[in-house]
Amino acid sequence: MAIASGVLIVALLLAFAVGQYPVSLGDMLSVLAAKLTGQTPDVPAAAENVIWQVRGPRVVAAVLVGAALAVAGTAFQGLFRNPLVSPDILGASSGAALGAVLGIYFSLGVLAIQAFAFIGGLVAVAAVYAIGSAVRARDPILVLVLTGVVIGALLGAGVGLVKYLADPYNQLPAMTFWLLGSLSATGVADLVPLFGPVALGTLVLLALRWRMNVMSLPEEEARALGVPTGPLRIAIVAAATLVTSASVATAGVIGWIGLIVPHIARTLVGPDFARLIPAAALLGGGFLLGVDTLARSVAAIEIPLGILTAVVGTPFFIWLLTSVSKTWS
Amino acid sequence: MNLSAHDLSIGYSERLVGQHLDVALTTGEALALLGPNGGGKTTLLKTLLGLIAPRAGEVRLGERALASYSSRERARLIAYVPQSHVATFAFTVETIVLMGRAAHGGLFSQPSAADRAVAVRVLDRFGIGHLRERPYTMISGGERQLVLLARALAQEPQFIVLDEPTASLDFGNQGKVMREIRALAMAGHGVLFTTHDPNHALRAADRVFLLRDGARIAEGRTETVLVREQLEALYGAPVETIMDGGGGRKAFLPGWGE
Repeated sequence: MAIASGVLIVALLLAFAVGQYPVSLGDMLSVLAAKLTGQTPDVPAAAENVIWQVRGPRVVAAVLVGAALAVAGTAFQGLFRNPLVSPDILGASSGAALGAVLGIYFSLGVLAIQAFAFIGGLVAVAAVYAIGSAVRARDPILVLVLTGVVIGALLGAGVGLVKYLADPYNQLPAMTFWLLGSLSATGVADLVPLFGPVALGTLVLLALRWRMNVMSLPEEEARALGVPTGPLRIAIVAAATLVTSASVATAGVIGWIGLIVPHIARTLVGPDFARLIPAAALLGGGFLLGVDTLARSVAAIEIPLGILTAVVGTPFFIWLLTSVSKTWS
Repeated sequence: MNLSAHDLSIGYSERLVGQHLDVALTTGEALALLGPNGGGKTTLLKTLLGLIAPRAGEVRLGERALASYSSRERARLIAYVPQSHVATFAFTVETIVLMGRAAHGGLFSQPSAADRAVAVRVLDRFGIGHLRERPYTMISGGERQLVLLARALAQEPQFIVLDEPTASLDFGNQGKVMREIRALAMAGHGVLFTTHDPNHALRAADRVFLLRDGARIAEGRTETVLVREQLEALYGAPVETIMDGGGGRKAFLPGWGE
């Protein structure tokens, strides 16, 4: 847990120190202290502006989105008893993606596009869940996952269709940019619709953390232990979908975090969800913040987050598979 | 207390597995369920556990229908020991055993100090207290079976139902598990277990229930029901009886016949 907190703190310090206008630790502390005491800080006004208006919101959003995706991935991996599951397993990301490209296609405003994405994610998972539960089978988990995969593919086709129909000069670049994930346009106003759902969903998952251990056992075993698996599964899926949809709506589609961060957290604190969920949240926040800092500093143009997480995530995951796979298999 | 069913039909929505089954288990006795593969042993077990609904008839637990219990109430009376398996995640042995306390706490609760004390007690009871901090995935099959037994006992149930508790265990561990089953029945639990080895029933069961093709072939006291003719009818294969010269104890060998 100390390592997870350390990662987040280092990422936070780096994020403020790196960029077109580097902010030193001293400046940051005096701005924060001034805000708390209500005095005028002893730093350039530009630094204050960068901290509160530009980099601050982006840093907060990166931490929230990273934490949300990692917590959702942790919850889904436990629920589906499969360490290769990511938060979009039930179609949350593909639903949100279709919602967002539709919003862009109809030339809606930024907030409306985010709302479309958020609702798209929720509706997609609700549809998957409804279909999955309607199929009476001995292994409800497997049916749910398979339904998620096929509905995800259908939604992907929908995204493809909208991109095909879209105006290639104005709309298509916006769609592509959104589908690759970015936090470059994040402002203070984006934080409220992000924070609410993420906090709510994470709190629900935290409250259920001990029951989630039992839920990661085979279905019949969990029921024999006295756990109402049906209602609990709905609660966990709803909470994880809420945080996923909110983060995709803010930052676009960012893969890998929900897949690899839970593994790193598990190697650090073990599989007990009581410690795993907080550790995954800290690590996920630190990880995406680090990646976002890279995204805006390594090249003259912003690199899409989804591309960077894949570039960083793939070799990391292979290393993880070869070196520490014993701890979760 | 009694766990019983009268004229029970078992199966899944698409397939009827067995019919006209009468089963009864009382606290303080061990009942062995024997029969060939595919004969309905596991389905009957899961129906008696309340994990699948009967196709017809009713399972009764104490004074009420089993279906009228909440999953929480049920788990405080009946514990299930599945076949030892490899878990997806490397929980510690203590965490696995603490999961047996799930039905004793609220939905949002964490294991209490009292729950931890129960976990320590049941682990010591099976002589595996030293495994407490070890990952469940890194211990032997025999140890895993004992951990699952400890978890069942942590539920503080009246009845314990075990699905092939000796499958994939070495000879020594089979004996250990048989002894524990006997001890649990002596301690006042009602124990129901399935097995492929009639000798395990001879060792640990007061009564046996012979199930073939979803129908009851025979049921009753172990020493009277478990004879060569019954076993040959049950498995459709020759069986040889070995008698101990003085003590009158017997054992069975598969194959050849007499």
